Amino acid sequence: MNTSLSWVKAYVPDLDVTEQEYTDAMTLSGTKVEGYEKLDADLDKIVVGQIKKIERHPDADKLVICQVDIGTETIQIVTGAPNVEEGQKVPVVLDGGRVAGGHDGSKTEGGIEIKKGKLRGVESFGMMCSIEELGSTRDMYPEAPENGIYIFEDDVEVGADAVEVLGLHDAVFEYEITSNRVDCFSVIGIAREAAATFRKEFHPPVVTETGNNEDVNDYIKVTVENKDLCPRYCARVVKNIKIGPSPKWMQRRLASVGIRPINNLVDITNYVMEEYGQPMHAYDLDTIAKSEIIVRNAQEGETFVTLDGQERHLDKDVLMICDGEKSIGIAGIMGGENSMITDDVKTMLFEAACFDGTNIRKSSKRVGLRTDASGKFEKGLDPNNAKAAIDRACQLVEEMGAGEVVGGTVDVYSKVKEPVRVAFDPEAINTLLGTDIPKEEMLSYFEKIGLAYDEATGEIIAPTYRHDIFRMADLAEEVARFYGYDNIPTTLPKGESTTGKLSYKLRIEGVARDIAEFCGFSQGMTYSFESPKVFDKLRLAEDAPERKAIQILNPLGEDYSIMRTISLNGMLTSLATNYNRRNKDVRLYELGNIYLPQSLPLTELPEERMQFTLGMYGEGDFFTMKGVVEEFLEKVGMRKKETYDPNAGKPFLHPGRQANIIYDGTVIGYLGEIHPLVAETYGIGGRAYVAVIDMPEIVSRATFDRKYEGIAKFPAVTRDISMVVPKEILAGQIEEMIEQRGGSILESYKLFDLYEGAQIKEGYKSVAYSIVFRAKDRTLEEADVAKAMKKILNGLESMGIELRQ
Amino acid sequence: MKEKLQSIKEEALRQIQEADLPEKLNDVRVKFLGKKGELTAVLKGMKDVAAEERPKVGQMVNEVRAEIEGILEETKKKMDAKLLEERLKTEVIDVTLPSKKNVVGHRHPNTIALEEVENIFVGMGYEVVEGPEIEYDLYNFEKLNIPADHPAKDEQDTFYINKDIVLRTQTSPVQARIMEQGKLPIRMIAPGRVFRSDEVDATHSPSFHQIEGLVIDKNVSFADLKGTLEVFAKELFGPDTKTKFRPHHFPFTEPSAEVDVTCFKCGGKGCRFCKGSGWIEILGCGMVHPHVLEMCGIDPNEYSGFAFGVGLERIALLKYEIDDMRLLYENDIRFLKQF
Repeated sequence: MNTSLSWVKAYVPDLDVTEQEYTDAMTLSGTKVEGYEKLDADLDKIVVGQIKKIERHPDADKLVICQVDIGTETIQIVTGAPNVEEGQKVPVVLDGGRVAGGHDGSKTEGGIEIKKGKLRGVESFGMMCSIEELGSTRDMYPEAPENGIYIFEDDVEVGADAVEVLGLHDAVFEYEITSNRVDCFSVIGIAREAAATFRKEFHPPVVTETGNNEDVNDYIKVTVENKDLCPRYCARVVKNIKIGPSPKWMQRRLASVGIRPINNLVDITNYVMEEYGQPMHAYDLDTIAKSEIIVRNAQEGETFVTLDGQERHLDKDVLMICDGEKSIGIAGIMGGENSMITDDVKTMLFEAACFDGTNIRKSSKRVGLRTDASGKFEKGLDPNNAKAAIDRACQLVEEMGAGEVVGGTVDVYSKVKEPVRVAFDPEAINTLLGTDIPKEEMLSYFEKIGLAYDEATGEIIAPTYRHDIFRMADLAEEVARFYGYDNIPTTLPKGESTTGKLSYKLRIEGVARDIAEFCGFSQGMTYSFESPKVFDKLRLAEDAPERKAIQILNPLGEDYSIMRTISLNGMLTSLATNYNRRNKDVRLYELGNIYLPQSLPLTELPEERMQFTLGMYGEGDFFTMKGVVEEFLEKVGMRKKETYDPNAGKPFLHPGRQANIIYDGTVIGYLGEIHPLVAETYGIGGRAYVAVIDMPEIVSRATFDRKYEGIAKFPAVTRDISMVVPKEILAGQIEEMIEQRGGSILESYKLFDLYEGAQIKEGYKSVAYSIVFRAKDRTLEEADVAKAMKKILNGLESMGIELRQ
Repeated sequence: MKEKLQSIKEEALRQIQEADLPEKLNDVRVKFLGKKGELTAVLKGMKDVAAEERPKVGQMVNEVRAEIEGILEETKKKMDAKLLEERLKTEVIDVTLPSKKNVVGHRHPNTIALEEVENIFVGMGYEVVEGPEIEYDLYNFEKLNIPADHPAKDEQDTFYINKDIVLRTQTSPVQARIMEQGKLPIRMIAPGRVFRSDEVDATHSPSFHQIEGLVIDKNVSFADLKGTLEVFAKELFGPDTKTKFRPHHFPFTEPSAEVDVTCFKCGGKGCRFCKGSGWIEILGCGMVHPHVLEMCGIDPNEYSGFAFGVGLERIALLKYEIDDMRLLYENDIRFLKQF
């Protein structure tokens, strides 16, 4: 929504503020000013001059020398403009003045300074201006010549401020109007707010009775078939139309808000739409069959040519304006070519209606046509405004001599909208705001914005254009706005104190972040939605459960169309991004959800499982990654020994370098080296490793309880064993045996040598462990250790392991 | 005897002086003071000394012994000090050589900003909770006073799974979920991921984060909302930060406000960063709409409350002067390393 300051002042004559003051105060009272443009910002020292005499330039065919009366004196100006004639009144920028830009319409920031000088040897003391040089266009000033100096009308005073005469001492404000304030999508609405904000008198237009002694009902009959979608339809008729330009004041106001003046009729409908916020439409009455208007839904599949010449495809939910035979307009969106006003129009039908906002919004989308009118209607207009607007339009028709208004209005208004009454409780308002504002002061704010007070019932009556006021809180907002949000005190909530804390899940995630970062991993974030192609990229089987993903109905594109069921794609994509950019030794982690549907299509919310995903390439290997996993489990209090099952069955991982992470018999995640084919697909050269930990499994097992176990007082005994082990036996199996057989004195064990190669027989590997024994309550005897070792060694031998002495 | 002791002493002192290493000093100690040393030999030879002379000789021997020991000790100390000094001299390193770092990872700027916000509110007694990212339309819209066909639904460019289930467009549904649980009073913040169908560019992302705040108690006022957010702004952006509350409209709060803070780059004077205004918009807030309270089973005549919503990326971009939102989701290590 835009308005010029001068247009607002037309209804608030006492308003005397700078642009910045207006901006700040309006914003703080709830009508947010996004910005403003001073139309005269780059215009300086420009007066109305009259060309007294024109002579040829002695040295240039295309230049002439003009003597121009600027009121105080006559100055000489050399110009190349093709359209100058003696006697014309023109805008003249004087020596040292500024214009906004060139005559080609290009604008220069800060303007262009004009200095006296010589043109081909002849002195020139200023410049005569085109409309473009004054910063505007022929669209907005249709009377300006296509190429050349702007010519004023004869009644303009010589020496006057030309910028004033052109109505350019003005500023245009752009507002952000919130959806609850439909009334502010009109100059009157804005002006009402301005009057209340600055505590000035508000003078809306006074609409007088219009029309001749004929009866409009003799010209037109209106039937509204769908009253839900069209609560009100007002029609008036104007005959003996005289099409011509509208007066300059109206053209200027329309131009100031960016609407191109066309002719008196079009300008009136546009003007009233801006002024009242009520879109109107004009039909050529002679094109309307059977002198009848019917408002009804379109036929399914109906096609219709709108006045822009485009064929539109309609469905049965689109509301149409029809005559006795055919459709003549899409209600609230655009009229038809078949009934449009032409220069030959004799009699015209004015329509000011109220349509259901939601229907207009949806129809506008489906038809693929959004207009100024539909933009206003879709916000849901006040039906009580329609009559005022159509009468205003007819008043302007009469004032401007554009035609003869026929008496009366056809007004089909089925469900009259009544004002809302709200109980007025100043105390409750003060409690909600934390203020102490007297009742009388509140009432004074209300009065300014048209909210009446019914003393008898103690109720506030909200006018129908304020469809946002229903209850106490709404009144509180009005009070707060005009009392000033700034003036409301600042306090902190009192009352019962509460414990501030993170949820347990969030605490665990904090540990995950800490550990990952200690281990050199940086946190990444990737999108929750991705392409269904991901499953193929990850080599997942056709029937893999991961392929059961939730689809977005209206995605940004196929690449963002499913909710991820596996967290790896984001990680691999990020690693690939880094790899492509030649970043070395990259380690990333992410904490993000995957979304697992119980069934598809979705009938209930899916399970959102937080995944702790780690990925890296460069320095480090499988066991580096495994170390991070173990550090994390330890830090969240999961002290039992996790085990690793190499048969994880992940098709995206190296078949010989992957494992499920098992804790307490449950798979809590997996890790491994990325399968070379997957790495190639993503464009990661070299080996990359990932680990994915399923956080819900962690949260249910983690604990922050710690108990001090004491520091060992008695010495430990260490025994090293060296073995020749069949290759297929895993270190994990050896360790399991050591644990099983070590007994209560087994403290720890550690692999210290692993060798496969020349000196070891085919199919075997050499493995060496260091085993530590300790008792808590005594110094171990040699016999204790020997007994435990014997058990361990026997166990190992039973596995087919040879001991090396 | 006296002469003998004197000559032993002199010989010992000479050898001490000649010694250039601690080991040699030790040799001297052994040679003169050891069990088989010369002084010991003198003592052993006491049997040849007249009985009345013995105490005197013994005393003389002890004196010489003490003197040699003293000098030995002193010389050793000096020698050690000198040796240490020499060693330290040879061990000088170039302290400007590169450090050996343990590679530590970096937290995402979003998370750093979030943790700052969480700390502020946890300190004020707020609980940090979460809600589902895929949410019922009922919670995302209807319970927030945004009924079917409300234009705000279009404005928010919702991703739909079906007509009842959406990707949440805001963290506000967590408000409704927490209120419905009926445990009062409530002081909570709910950070999380939200989604809107905006094409990716420097200032838009279809997936971003918000932090929702909610306080419900008896007699909570707009003044409390102002006070709370002023504290928040000062904690987050510095003690000199001023806040400005501008009236605004949200369907689920009434009255509603948008909050600006003084530009932390120019302090409010106006710069390119704040587009000359001196102010930067950071959040939306308001008093929880009485109808929202009712829909969540809370009596608006007894309880009131306020709610606010902060865009996390907005805070992160502003605070760390990141000029392109896309950087937050590319995960280029050269970007992440700067935080």
